[in-house]
Amino acid sequence: MKKSNIIMLLAAILPLGLFLFPLWKITLEAPQYPTPLGMYIHINDFSDANPHDIKNINLMNHYVGMKYIPDAIPEFKIFPMGIIITCVIGLLIAFKGNYKWFLGWFILMIAMSAAGMYDFYLWEHDYGHNLDPKAIMKFTNPDGTQMGFQPPLFGSRDILNFKAHSYPQLGALFLTLGIGISFIAYLVGKKRHKKSLTM
Amino acid sequence: MKNLLKLTFALVFVFAAFTSCNNTKSSDSKSGALASNVAEKVYVAPGEHDSHYAFISGGYSGNLTVYGLPSGRMFKEIPVFSQFATSGYGYSEETKPMLNTSHGFIPWGDSHHPDISQTAGEIDGRFIFINENNTPRIAKIDLKTFETTEIIEVPNSAGNHSSSFVTENTEYVVAGTRFSVPIPQRDMPIKDYKGNFQGALSFISVAPETGNMDIKFQVLMPGFNYDLSHPGRGKSHGWFFFTTYNTEEASTLLEVNASQNDKDFIAAVNWKKIEEYVNNGGGTMMPADYAHNVYDEHTHTATSTMIKEVRVVNPIDVPGAVYFLPTPKSPHGCDVDPSGEYIVGNGKLSANLTVHSFTKMLAAIEGEKFDGEAYGIPILKFEDVLAGSVEQPGLGPLHTEFDGKGNAYTTFFISSEVVKWKLGTWEVIDRQPTYYSVGHLTIPGGNSGKPQGKYMFAMNKITKDRYLPTGPEMEHSAQLYDISGEKMELLLDFPTHGEPHYAAAMEAGLIKERSQKIYNLEDNKHPYAALSDADTKVVRKGNEVHIYMTTIRSHFSPDNIEGVKVGDKVYFHVTNLEQDFDVPHGFAVLGQNTSELLVMPGQTKSSVWEPTKVGVWPFYCTDFCSALHQEMQGYIRVSAADADTPIKWSLGEDIE
Repeated sequence: MKKSNIIMLLAAILPLGLFLFPLWKITLEAPQYPTPLGMYIHINDFSDANPHDIKNINLMNHYVGMKYIPDAIPEFKIFPMGIIITCVIGLLIAFKGNYKWFLGWFILMIAMSAAGMYDFYLWEHDYGHNLDPKAIMKFTNPDGTQMGFQPPLFGSRDILNFKAHSYPQLGALFLTLGIGISFIAYLVGKKRHKKSLTM
Repeated sequence: MKNLLKLTFALVFVFAAFTSCNNTKSSDSKSGALASNVAEKVYVAPGEHDSHYAFISGGYSGNLTVYGLPSGRMFKEIPVFSQFATSGYGYSEETKPMLNTSHGFIPWGDSHHPDISQTAGEIDGRFIFINENNTPRIAKIDLKTFETTEIIEVPNSAGNHSSSFVTENTEYVVAGTRFSVPIPQRDMPIKDYKGNFQGALSFISVAPETGNMDIKFQVLMPGFNYDLSHPGRGKSHGWFFFTTYNTEEASTLLEVNASQNDKDFIAAVNWKKIEEYVNNGGGTMMPADYAHNVYDEHTHTATSTMIKEVRVVNPIDVPGAVYFLPTPKSPHGCDVDPSGEYIVGNGKLSANLTVHSFTKMLAAIEGEKFDGEAYGIPILKFEDVLAGSVEQPGLGPLHTEFDGKGNAYTTFFISSEVVKWKLGTWEVIDRQPTYYSVGHLTIPGGNSGKPQGKYMFAMNKITKDRYLPTGPEMEHSAQLYDISGEKMELLLDFPTHGEPHYAAAMEAGLIKERSQKIYNLEDNKHPYAALSDADTKVVRKGNEVHIYMTTIRSHFSPDNIEGVKVGDKVYFHVTNLEQDFDVPHGFAVLGQNTSELLVMPGQTKSSVWEPTKVGVWPFYCTDFCSALHQEMQGYIRVSAADADTPIKWSLGEDIE
């Protein structure tokens, strides 16, 4: 097996780390929460950072009319399928394909990750803006429009008394490494291909 | 005459000089750099934690208070033997059984000596035990939840004072009787006390895992007053020591009649020997009647069981189990040093402090050097068991604690001071005044083989002018001292709650880590719990109406209830659905004859309401739970006794 194919094999396997580790974490800090509230987003689940955090986030958010964080969303079925399929494709490429296919897989993964992030953004936007009209407390922006409570996609943001943090977790690192390494596989393979041409 | 005048003037001048000199000295010591250093030693910055817990008994409040050291701040009052309206303890249906006794429901108690559970001679911070003096009982508080979880009544006892001290592996929590009584209780002339009354020393076993208490046996001793006690430890593990007074066996004017004997006794009880005797079927089961009340943390409910017999042991049936050590003048405190060698008898009417030697005691028993007997119990010779005495250390010695570095600290009630002295050499090292008339003192880890000798605090009986005046009645004062150096240093003066009779204290670490934040809803097995809004309902059973109610920020479910009638017995079973730290909800309804309820997250509590008037009555949350706490309210409609209003309930819609 060629060196580049071994690297590609590694690249294809790494995203499976998403099934072991959370993808993202949203943390909410406020003075009344010396232990901040937190939620992990896994490829197939939401989970509490500390016991009952999601319940308590829901309780907080109902004051401003935000919906409860759902137990399940369609993405929890689609995303794992996507990862498994791309992983299988990656493995096939690693065994059968050459460096051009590696680049193809790299581009596929970038596109899929971007689509995933966009989907996550849409959900966050809906979660933060689609508020119950009978909300207990209604806040408006200085320009008179309804205030939204969308957590940041990436980074930190003040939302009323909370400071919200949104950062990738170990699962995302595995995915990123996998994608990055597939590009290295492509470079290594290309270099070797050039070498074999000149020889 | 002239000379006499001159002499008088001279004397007055000399006195004046001394007085002014003293004044300067004392005012100097209270100000300047020194005082600010002292302030730093007790300053716990906002948001930071104290290094030690102190559990100070509330005496006649019947409760136990939790303090932090070195700040002297009070964190909690744990209801134990008294009804406590703040939380509903003793008022709620779940906790009423905790205060049941063979004399019926008793809303009050006199709590005295807290003692923390131990493993291998070190305090482990799992449980704290405390005795009730008046209607003899022993309570256990779980230090995971800081709630009273078990109370056992002690039969054949009266004035449960030489209690509740634990052995070095918490094999037993021991309860001795201060007042001897007829056993079994019977109608007889008081003047026939002598020879007829007896004193019961109860050994209550503690199950290693659960901590469940059970009276294993009672030793029926002669009719003296068993004042205080402490376990042997280390080399003397397996023995228990009790001070006695009134060996005169007087039943009237004890202040005179019980102060006649030059020496009373410390009773040394070899409980291991008696335990073995009992395990082999020794002792007799005697008819009794006592309550055993257990709080279940899953059903959030206490049950009270009446037990009808108790095993009693006559000490003369177990040779070698009990001896008397003569000890001068009505000894009060009975304290054993961390090594288990020295037993200090604080003879409260004696000028000297008597210390017995465990090794010498064993030798004297071995040599059978007895000085007669009392009711068949051998009396050892005073000189044979004496390790030494601290000569004239102060007036009115009461209690002694140890720092684990070879020093002892004794309180003196009459001369109002704590005296530090050295074990073995018996020399006085230091003395510090207390304000005023100190009773007990506590060193964290005190009753154990490993005291944590950084702080010591003295709990006083008299406050007088220490704080801003609050009328004739005021809280008692306590003083905290730094004992890490050769000399004791007074750091802080803080008020306590009720009567700070005695305290147990320890480094915060173990307890702090284990302290529970909420009750898990999934573990709630209360028969009337509503674990979600879907479980809420109102059920009529004859004239009883059971309301399965939930609370969550910021509403009750249901919050509109109809169909209740005058003469009904309405049970509000309130389950707090919150699962967040420190979000209790309260419950109160107009005309409630009990107290409010304070329901912790995940917990269910019930309150009975017997409406006497037709009308629409509000109920509301008593704990400021959230920004919409004021909106957390509801109505219950009460119809006439003969009305036919149907049972209905709702939330968020109008009742139709």
